[in-house]
Amino acid sequence: MTVENEIEIMGQRLNEKINNMFGRSLHIREVDAGSCNACEVEVTALSNPIYDMERFGVHIVASPRHADMLLVTGPVTRNMELALLKTYNATPSPKLVAAMGSCACNGGIFGDTYASGGGVDKFIPVDVYIPGCPPRPQAVIFGLMVAMDKFEQKIRKTEVKA
Amino acid sequence: MKSQYVDTIKKEFKEFVIGDPALVNETYLTLKKDTNVMAYVDAIRKEFGGLITGEAVLRNEVYLTIKKEANVKICDYLYHQFNTPLVSIFATDERKTDGHFKVHYVFSCDREDAFIILKINIEEKSPQYRSITSTIPVANWYEREIQDMFGLVPQGHPDPRHLIHFEDWETGLYPLRKDFDIRTKPKRVKGEYVYRRVDGEGVYEIPVGPVHAGVIEPGHFRFSVAGEPILNLEIRHFYTHKGVEKLFENIPFDKAVFLAERISGDNSVAHAVAFCQAIEKIAGVEIPPRAKYIRTILLEHERLYNHLGDIAGIATDVAFAFGAAQANMLKEDLLQLNEYVTGSRLLRGMNTIGGVRRDIGDNKDKILLKLSTFQQEFRKLMELLMETPSVVDRIETTGRIYNDIAKELHVVGPAGRASGIDRDTRRDHPYAAYRELNFKVQAHKSGDVYARTRVRADEVHESIAIIEQALWSLPEGAIKNEVKEIPDGFALGYTEAPRGETIYWVRTEGGRIERCKVRDPSFCNWLAIEYAVLDNIVPDFPIINKSLSLSYSGNDM
Repeated sequence: MTVENEIEIMGQRLNEKINNMFGRSLHIREVDAGSCNACEVEVTALSNPIYDMERFGVHIVASPRHADMLLVTGPVTRNMELALLKTYNATPSPKLVAAMGSCACNGGIFGDTYASGGGVDKFIPVDVYIPGCPPRPQAVIFGLMVAMDKFEQKIRKTEVKA
Repeated sequence: MKSQYVDTIKKEFKEFVIGDPALVNETYLTLKKDTNVMAYVDAIRKEFGGLITGEAVLRNEVYLTIKKEANVKICDYLYHQFNTPLVSIFATDERKTDGHFKVHYVFSCDREDAFIILKINIEEKSPQYRSITSTIPVANWYEREIQDMFGLVPQGHPDPRHLIHFEDWETGLYPLRKDFDIRTKPKRVKGEYVYRRVDGEGVYEIPVGPVHAGVIEPGHFRFSVAGEPILNLEIRHFYTHKGVEKLFENIPFDKAVFLAERISGDNSVAHAVAFCQAIEKIAGVEIPPRAKYIRTILLEHERLYNHLGDIAGIATDVAFAFGAAQANMLKEDLLQLNEYVTGSRLLRGMNTIGGVRRDIGDNKDKILLKLSTFQQEFRKLMELLMETPSVVDRIETTGRIYNDIAKELHVVGPAGRASGIDRDTRRDHPYAAYRELNFKVQAHKSGDVYARTRVRADEVHESIAIIEQALWSLPEGAIKNEVKEIPDGFALGYTEAPRGETIYWVRTEGGRIERCKVRDPSFCNWLAIEYAVLDNIVPDFPIINKSLSLSYSGNDM
């Protein structure tokens, strides 16, 4: 199967989920918490004409205040910790957090050292882990779909509480 | 008139003239006086005989131990008299073996394909040495880095603020000293970082970052502006400092190759090859010819997709969406080709100490076919970009870095070549298979975004030509030589990454890495952006930034 076909099939499924849950569009803020920039190459690739996530309703926004979801890359360095927490707090609830890439999942090769925090979930709650170094664009889209299912559960939980 | 003389001289004394004089502002010819690096060393010996305390020559590296007080004098002599660029400064903690810290100054003798490394010893009791930044501005960040990581203070440094450690860092903790445990979690303390201030009527500041609006890495920019033009820009980095150099000392060799690939994600191959070359040099292993060619092909593949990404970024930032979409599509084609050939879109996991891990010879036809259609498309794209007035208008004379500034700051790679610095590690210090391949180093002199775009476009064509040559003359044979034991020793490894000269210095001891200094090209080029943006308008900053193609992760490590 060619990349184009893969993307068409996955994209349609993603689109349905987004339509049901967010009324047409999912807004994502990407936060680099110390990645090596390979994950950024792949996130950028998601917007190129081959994948073109925007047509499925996925939109990368400039501010966390406009976002439904944070896509965090990197092991969370000591110097980025504060910025990540501030960004998380600036994102309106209910929100989703996806940890993208091996180092965001558990520190990866950088591990837990004096400068590297060893994974995003040590600092903020993570909903979905997207492994890979870096994950292929297809994997990122799949991760977004899993996140969407999680979001449905989250909303239900809030409803019960209320 | 002038050019006539130059032509005559070039014709008559072809073998004595180095570099293309037309690229330099003044008509200035460098004549080949010395034919080998030892002539440099002889000159230093003659001038400063008593101040040299030790000498060692290893392959193409000459190590001179000099007296601590003489560092400014000798560095100045070597740098200004012989025009040898200072390509790296780093410290080592050798207190265990001989009771000293050492600071190394690495000078590159491009004409001789050699390096001169000056060493000074610094005692633990008085951890100070004289700063060379006032005479050689290149040293600025290196000395501040050493101050933070080793606690060695450069006396007389014009800007002694912390570089890597943020204001909340405990004093007295120096990560690269041997007695610092990598798992230490330093306490956060209260502190303040003071930015340079520009005062005056109507002057205001724009703080940007570390979390940016686009999908880019973290860093802080502080603009001082009056109206639209930028009066001053101060950059603050090291948000992505991950302790890579310390980590190298704590992992085995095999894993270290993977770590090198992850220093600057989109320059994976260049970093991995530079690291492997240093280790192979220490082990005295020559890699098989086929592996050399495969490495060359991978390095050029990497250059291709990086340059396309930069051109796409420039098109995006001048709001030329159609051109950007075209460029991004071509880049994606290359990434998919990478995946097809190597299994990784970013060409990771291909290099190993002693050669490469996977043969790509079977895919020769596929690569050649893809590249030939790619080249046609790319030619059309560049015609489109360079003939659209709204693009050319935005990029011409924007973000100019003049030749003298570029030289003083040691701007490397395409950015340097766009400012008339005719340097390229592939030609000046050939590695892999570059010695056997034909290619031209592309250089321009106007130093603006336009020139940097042009240099990249020209390099894309050169890269394709290199890949084609390498594939046609791919030697038969093994792709890897087994490296069983790595002896104690030290060596330099270097490559020309898509961003420019990348330098590794590795020291091994007892079957592990004792010290690994990484110098990413962005570490040199970041300082140039503070000059490039001056008098430009704020909306042009993204274009200038993109045209310099800077890596935050490679810089911060």
